[in-house]
Amino acid sequence: MGKAYELRLYVAGKTVKSVTALNNLKKYCEEHLKGQYSIEVIDLLLHPQLAEGDQILAIPTLVKKVPEPVRKIIGDLSNEEKVLVGLDIRAKKIV
Amino acid sequence: MPSKKTLLTPKQPLHELTKTLTGITGLDEITMGGLPTGRPTLICGSAGCGKTLMSLEFIVRGALEFNEPGVFIAFEEKADELATNVASLGFDLNELQQKNKIKIDYIHVDRSEIEETGEYDLEGLFIRLNYAIDSIGAKRVVLDTIENLFSGLTNLAILRAELRRLFQWLKNKGVTAIITGERGEKTLTRQGLEEYVSDCVILLDHRIIDQISTRRLRVVKYRGTTHGTNEYPFLIDEEGISVLPVTSLKLDKPVSSDRFSSGIPALDKMLSKGGFFRGSSILVSGTAGTGKTSIAASFCNEACARGEKSLFFAFEESPTQIIRNMRSIGIDLQNHVDTGLLQFYASRPTLYGLEMHLVAMHKAIKKFKPKVVILDPITNLITVGSVSEVKSMLVRLIDFLQDEQITVMFTALSLNTVVNEQTDEGVSSLVDAWLLIRDIEMNGERNRGLYIMKSRGMKHSNQVREFLISDEGLNLIDVYIGPDGILTGSAREAQMLLEETGHVLHSHAIGVKDSELLRRRKILESKIDSLKSEFESTEAELNKSYIEEAIKKDVMEQNREKLTTLRGKELGTIKSKNKKSKK
Repeated sequence: MGKAYELRLYVAGKTVKSVTALNNLKKYCEEHLKGQYSIEVIDLLLHPQLAEGDQILAIPTLVKKVPEPVRKIIGDLSNEEKVLVGLDIRAKKIV
Repeated sequence: MPSKKTLLTPKQPLHELTKTLTGITGLDEITMGGLPTGRPTLICGSAGCGKTLMSLEFIVRGALEFNEPGVFIAFEEKADELATNVASLGFDLNELQQKNKIKIDYIHVDRSEIEETGEYDLEGLFIRLNYAIDSIGAKRVVLDTIENLFSGLTNLAILRAELRRLFQWLKNKGVTAIITGERGEKTLTRQGLEEYVSDCVILLDHRIIDQISTRRLRVVKYRGTTHGTNEYPFLIDEEGISVLPVTSLKLDKPVSSDRFSSGIPALDKMLSKGGFFRGSSILVSGTAGTGKTSIAASFCNEACARGEKSLFFAFEESPTQIIRNMRSIGIDLQNHVDTGLLQFYASRPTLYGLEMHLVAMHKAIKKFKPKVVILDPITNLITVGSVSEVKSMLVRLIDFLQDEQITVMFTALSLNTVVNEQTDEGVSSLVDAWLLIRDIEMNGERNRGLYIMKSRGMKHSNQVREFLISDEGLNLIDVYIGPDGILTGSAREAQMLLEETGHVLHSHAIGVKDSELLRRRKILESKIDSLKSEFESTEAELNKSYIEEAIKKDVMEQNREKLTTLRGKELGTIKSKNKKSKK
């Protein structure tokens, strides 16, 4: 994909939490990372074997594959501040 | 092993809890048939007490012995780490994984990688678990250690709710699950998992008493079934876990009236039945250096010579040492070791606790299936436990051996020089036969006296015998009981010599007396002869005079008669006489 931010969102079906998480994620990305991100949504109900690879426990989980280090953010991503720190967006700004 | 079948009487069509055999030695006996099928079981205990191993063995045995595939969800160790850890037990996890018999899934929870924002659930875990179970059709599931989730996730409310859901989900899934948990301060597990898993809780413990550690297992609760409630020691060795179901409460052992030789013919003679009963327990006690081990070795040798398997537990000497030492008294144990009839099991008593010894012995006996077991000496066990502990351990051992119809010989060292009526281990009342060897010190030398203190179910000699150990083996000799008391050793030899001299002198004296008597007899006999002839001559003379007298009388009578007839009728009496005669 070659984007600066490769994000994966693991969900299990169209639950309220999953939908909220995806909406929140899209919102933050549009705000802060416009044009430099890609989001891959994986539904574990359809591909349960993929859960092992990223060590997914909780649903929904957002995995930041690129840039390193790999980070995981679980929950419906309702706390913007935490998500941004988790994605190393906020930290970058400070630096 | 009492299984669920024996618990059920035919009248009861009640649905009873079904159980899943674990395949772990002894655990199925304690739980009366295994863990509850289709329900989660909690195994808790402090660090290093064998939780992971026990749960892993459950999975592996299930796959190998019961053809039930299993899923092992590891939160602590990676799959390859686990495989390495249990390779020493002979479990090839990789091979089993390739055959789809088991599946090991490592779930990594790292707080530093995880940021929590808002609501979430653990559906991911469920999906993984479900996927793993379905992919191999698993019947058994282990979650080791689910408490790791607590360190990775901060939202306890969600976590607890999800755990509750997880256990419910496992039940619905119908898998027999083991959940392991770290032991907490006051609770069974640190996170109170026991409140979620309530069907069966097994507590593992690793206690250290006097620097010796003993692993113990206890079934804290097991809903809907009876189970052993005691603490049972267990052992982890190269074959996995063995739990010892100790102390059977009943005294209904089968008994045998078969007898066999002790290997010392003279000792057999002291027993009315010509030997010991099969399945009995024999105690040999004595002070240091009285030849207890020699008796035991001889006993063992005899058993092997009969073609019976023997197991020699040596707590003092190494096997090679025993073999070398016994060769000096003409007992070749190496020969029996080579033919596989004799096995040594040597361990230092301090190696592990009493319970462990018991488990280890149990295991060795079960494996080798001997007819004769030797414990040499039990005294050393006292170094790792108190008297009562040793006693209870030996009770259990004797119990077990009797059950298996195995004859056991213990040797015990009496520490006090004054031979007590009790041995230090207090087992004298338990054993069927008790041989006591005591030192008899006299005339500057020390000799051994052996006697039978007791022998249940048969008459036995009450005499003290001198116990001799020579190049040819062991022997018992009647001790001399003289005016000075019991004589043994060279004093006995001297006494024997003395008596022999006396005997010779005596017989010589008797010889002299005899010839004297013969002579006198001859004299008397000749005297008798002369008297006899004298008597005869006198008798003849007497006879002669008698006859003469009679003849004289006769003749005179005849003459008188003649005269009267000549005188005629002078006498009436004669007339009538004559008339009569005329008629």
